[in-house]
Amino acid sequence: MKLSLTVNGEQRVIDDVDAGESLLTVLRDSLGLTGTKNACEQGECGSCSVYLDDGLVCSCLVLAGQAEGAEVVTVEGLAARGELDPVQEAFAQAGAIQCGFCTPGLVMAVHDLLQRVPDPSDGQIREELAGNLCRCTGYQKVISAVRLAAGRTNGHHGY
Amino acid sequence: MHFLQPTTWDEALEARAGLPDALPVAGGTDVLVDLNFRRRHAPALIDLGRVPGLGEVSAENGWLRIGAAATYDRLMTALRRDFPALAVAARTVGSPQIRHRGTIGGNLGTASPAGDAHPPLLAAGAEVEVASRAGTRRIAIADFFTGPKRTAMAPGELISAVHVPRASGPQQFAKVGTRNAMVIAVCSVALALHPDRRRVGTGIGSAGPVPLAAVEAERFLEGVLDEGGLWEAPRPLGDAVRGRFADLVASAARPVDDVRGTAAYRVHALRVLAGRVLDWAWADYLEAGAGREVGAG
Amino acid sequence: MVTTVTDRVRGGVGESVVRVDAVPKVTGTFDYASDMRADGMLWGAVLRSPHPYARIRHVDATAAATLPGVHAVLLADDLEGKRTFGLNLDDQPVLADGLVRYHGEPVALVAARTPAIAHEATTLIAVGWEPLCPVTDMEDALRPDAPRLHDFGNVLRHVHITRGHPDEAEADVWVDGYYETGMQDQAPLGPEAGLAVPAEDGGVDLFVATQWLHVDREQIAPCLNLPPEKVRITLAGVGGAFGAREDIHMQIHACLLALRTGRPVKMSFGREESFLGHVHRHPSRIWLRHGATRDGRLVTVDARLLFDGGAYTSSSPAVLGNAATFAAGPYEVPNVRIEGTLVYTNNPPCGAMRGFGAPQVCFAHEAQMDKLAAALHTDPVELRLRHALHTGSVLPTGQVVTGSAPVRELIELCARAPMPDLQPARGRDQLDYPGTTGNVTHGEGVRVGVGYAVGFKNTAFSEGFDDSATARVTLSRSEPTGCLKSAPEASGEAQRPGSGVVAEIRTAAVEMGQGLTTVLTQIARTELGVERVVLHTADTSMGNAGSTSASRQSMMAGGAVQLACRLVRDRLAARARGVAAPGGGPLPEPVELRDGVLAAGGERVADVADLLTEPVAETAVYHHRPTTGFDDAGQGDIHVTFTFAAQRAVVEVDNELGIARVLQVAAAVDAGKVLNPAGFEGQVEGGTAQGLGFALMEELQAENGLVRNPSFTDYLIPTFLDMPPVLTYAVEEPDPHVPYGLKGIGEAPAIVSTAAIVAALRDATGRELNRVPVTPDDLAGLRPPRPTPGPPPVPDVPGQWPVPYYHQRASTQSQLM
Repeated sequence: MKLSLTVNGEQRVIDDVDAGESLLTVLRDSLGLTGTKNACEQGECGSCSVYLDDGLVCSCLVLAGQAEGAEVVTVEGLAARGELDPVQEAFAQAGAIQCGFCTPGLVMAVHDLLQRVPDPSDGQIREELAGNLCRCTGYQKVISAVRLAAGRTNGHHGY
Repeated sequence: MHFLQPTTWDEALEARAGLPDALPVAGGTDVLVDLNFRRRHAPALIDLGRVPGLGEVSAENGWLRIGAAATYDRLMTALRRDFPALAVAARTVGSPQIRHRGTIGGNLGTASPAGDAHPPLLAAGAEVEVASRAGTRRIAIADFFTGPKRTAMAPGELISAVHVPRASGPQQFAKVGTRNAMVIAVCSVALALHPDRRRVGTGIGSAGPVPLAAVEAERFLEGVLDEGGLWEAPRPLGDAVRGRFADLVASAARPVDDVRGTAAYRVHALRVLAGRVLDWAWADYLEAGAGREVGAG
Repeated sequence: MVTTVTDRVRGGVGESVVRVDAVPKVTGTFDYASDMRADGMLWGAVLRSPHPYARIRHVDATAAATLPGVHAVLLADDLEGKRTFGLNLDDQPVLADGLVRYHGEPVALVAARTPAIAHEATTLIAVGWEPLCPVTDMEDALRPDAPRLHDFGNVLRHVHITRGHPDEAEADVWVDGYYETGMQDQAPLGPEAGLAVPAEDGGVDLFVATQWLHVDREQIAPCLNLPPEKVRITLAGVGGAFGAREDIHMQIHACLLALRTGRPVKMSFGREESFLGHVHRHPSRIWLRHGATRDGRLVTVDARLLFDGGAYTSSSPAVLGNAATFAAGPYEVPNVRIEGTLVYTNNPPCGAMRGFGAPQVCFAHEAQMDKLAAALHTDPVELRLRHALHTGSVLPTGQVVTGSAPVRELIELCARAPMPDLQPARGRDQLDYPGTTGNVTHGEGVRVGVGYAVGFKNTAFSEGFDDSATARVTLSRSEPTGCLKSAPEASGEAQRPGSGVVAEIRTAAVEMGQGLTTVLTQIARTELGVERVVLHTADTSMGNAGSTSASRQSMMAGGAVQLACRLVRDRLAARARGVAAPGGGPLPEPVELRDGVLAAGGERVADVADLLTEPVAETAVYHHRPTTGFDDAGQGDIHVTFTFAAQRAVVEVDNELGIARVLQVAAAVDAGKVLNPAGFEGQVEGGTAQGLGFALMEELQAENGLVRNPSFTDYLIPTFLDMPPVLTYAVEEPDPHVPYGLKGIGEAPAIVSTAAIVAALRDATGRELNRVPVTPDDLAGLRPPRPTPGPPPVPDVPGQWPVPYYHQRASTQSQLM
């Protein structure tokens, strides 16, 4: 089937999409937007998180056809005119990246969180990001990145 | 495989009638997993996401009508007062990404014994409204689950809504898992007190081939509350009642050992949780005191 | 252009430099192995065994081969090169030939136009299976009547260590313990992937996420019937590894398909295949006996270890050797006997995972120390302080700790760390209870517990293995960046020290997320006094850098870069001699490159840029000091150096329900020299998370050899709501003879965190908890401690090396030992 949708502000048309294909597959394989990752294909890890019409979803669980006519924003669409989004900048500054495989999904989730809750508490940060798994960082510096992006000061260093 | 995207409810029912083996998809949080892993093959997919009004929540005559496409996000916020057990359960589902898409209709359609919405629906005495080209009917929630991932729906039927009496008393839901977030329940329990009908409702999840009601526990507690006049003039229930209620809930379970937990643990956890949810619900009832509408039974 | 004295080079050793790959990673432009594509590429898929142990009676691939879109189907019979591979022994079949030994073992390969077609083709390959009865219990594998899974039997290695007089040790207090650890999985977020491109010279170019390019090439080339120089490997972006990528996973398969089809072939595992397709942490059973005098002096430790290596060898012999050397813990004890056995079973193959044998023994020896403290009526922290190793201590292997060993200080830091604010039981936000949003407690049954653990790990390879690392550093003039031409004074860039110079680093060392590439650029900045450093992609055109594992690369690749930089400095000094005093003698010491100048004896001699009319390039190979193997008594200088760590964990447990929440971890690590503080903290926090997972939730469950939970739904790793704040402390006592005195710290925090958390769980529940991961059944008291009839008898083996060595089965990789 044919699919038309807006991705990162650009109108895209893709032919030959299978009915059972996920939005994640279309983004990565048809559109070459490999920033969104496939780490579990079952919505357990959040590394495929994108905006679908302003709501944060796991793109591995959205049928391509369900995105017909929709506005999708991926991690590649966050930086405006070559400047990093404040969330992206905060991740880099706070040391919240190691292997980075979870980073696009987390950046999207943090971006979404701060749009809804500009000054989240620790508990809110943890609960709202619980759908994003990270294997490298232990999450502490990601929380620091959220606070940094939200305009608060960085956390405690032990030495 | 075809992709069908009906834009009205009638179109959806037509599609369902025409292709009984087609997979209806709303939020996709269960169906897509099966598709991604090539575990399910169907001649067609019916996307219900463009049917207007399918997710609406409304109230009439003391009943809530929850549209099948209502997402967990919606349930978390819209039901705090009128169906608190489901609002609490909705918050435990997956992640924000999942809650933004997953629906109550999908939870019922998948009919997993671990579905988080099921115990609250059982405790509240819900009715599932299903529709086909031939018409609409309601299935009592206690009759809805016929086996693991099997329902009483007929071919050609789609879930349109869930009807539930608005909460007339305290409700509770508790779900235990091996980590602190993103868990499929090892077991769960819901409790609803219905003073307007002098009834107690329960629901148990992940502790049997289907979600179960702890019927004996319900009757026991109803008996205690009736005989003691406790609906009208509530007093502390005491350890004996609490313990008996908890035992009866635990004994209603028919759990197995599986990769997520042991049967023995599930029975134990249900006993602990049943006692606690009763404590909390009854404490709320005590605190609310007089002025609550208590029925004649 | 003026360079003032206060204008120092930024971003050197010791600073929290932002990662060099941060921008590509946050913008989604960093290419991981699974993101790569090539024109005309095909997709590879693997048919894997559904049985843990079975004969293959026949295979019919006709239907698969004729499916439209399929370009190749390969079975074992189609292999023209070497048919086996392995890190230590080449005992692992590229494709199973008549027999499979584990659930998931590769049987056939398909290359097709799309992943869906490739997968479908694998389902069309008809295999006639004859299931056999698998050996899945590690003690059963030792029985004389057990089926022999490999030619020489099921015992792969037995290590024996004796020191002092363990049989005559006199103790007043004896403490016995039995411990079990389950199979943990590395579960890196990025699943296995690679792209093999056939080359015009008949060779192949492989782009893959791996941990050791050169050892991959050594194993791949013979299987393709190619000389090593025709197998060129370039590192693709790695989405985490933690040991899972030390072994070959899809490399040989993708190359075979690429050469067969003449097209690029990509292979990319899904999560389930990833769980089945890489090695795991060895499950273990450990029996310990500690003896102490009445006044609290440890006099003897007797340890019996049993490690389940699964179906094939991988790096198991080294894991066992490691575990044996650490089994008594970081404590002084005069009499020790350690017997460690490694067996084959039909369980999934095990190999390297962060800690490499140490987490298992640390869990056991720390439990023992707590038990001993209780038996002696001594404080558990005090008992550890009393016996803590220090510089000059002698280990059970007779090795003397010659490097720094601030073990007491690490313990004290944890003990003095501020406790978390403990909230009252009632009235909290639901997120602050065990179970969080699950709403399972409002304070009922909750109790706080505190526990400690201390442990250690070696850095780099051991038992005589010379794992060196190579690096090449080039220094040259660079073009000015940005629009500087009009107003150099106004632009900060032109004023930066050394701004006219760029350094390039070439190494085959793998960056897998731990921060190596950033550290290497920091070293180059510090050594060369320039800020602009370019790090080239790792590939096999450079010499062997050794494995990114064993916490070794900061020391080894860092050491190679440092050496190469110093050779560059020496070349520049030679050039400068001509400048300073033509035909003159050597420059006064010290000769340094700093802030864009070459200085000698504290005086500026020349701007570095002026000395670079021609670039300077130097290659260096860094070797660590030599080590030895075990003699017959298990004595030897086994390890290069040690890193110590201590942790204190504070947990809260709902005792009735058996669920827990970790409130805080205080982590102290013996870092030698912290090269990048933010990077160091990140490694400590991340390692602690993996240890927390191992303590509370992570187990790859194999029932009769079949993996039951190869998914993130049922193999649970910690989430944001599971991980607590971590207080990180570094003790910087430099290690001698090592660049900057640094120590490799990647593994140490992962080793001690499991033991510390379980110690805290014991404190909160009063339960014995002798197995990890701990389950709610254990915490709620529904399940008694795991029983044992006692340790199995010590097997009869020819010597300390892996048994196959004595049967002349050493492989190309025998030097891994």
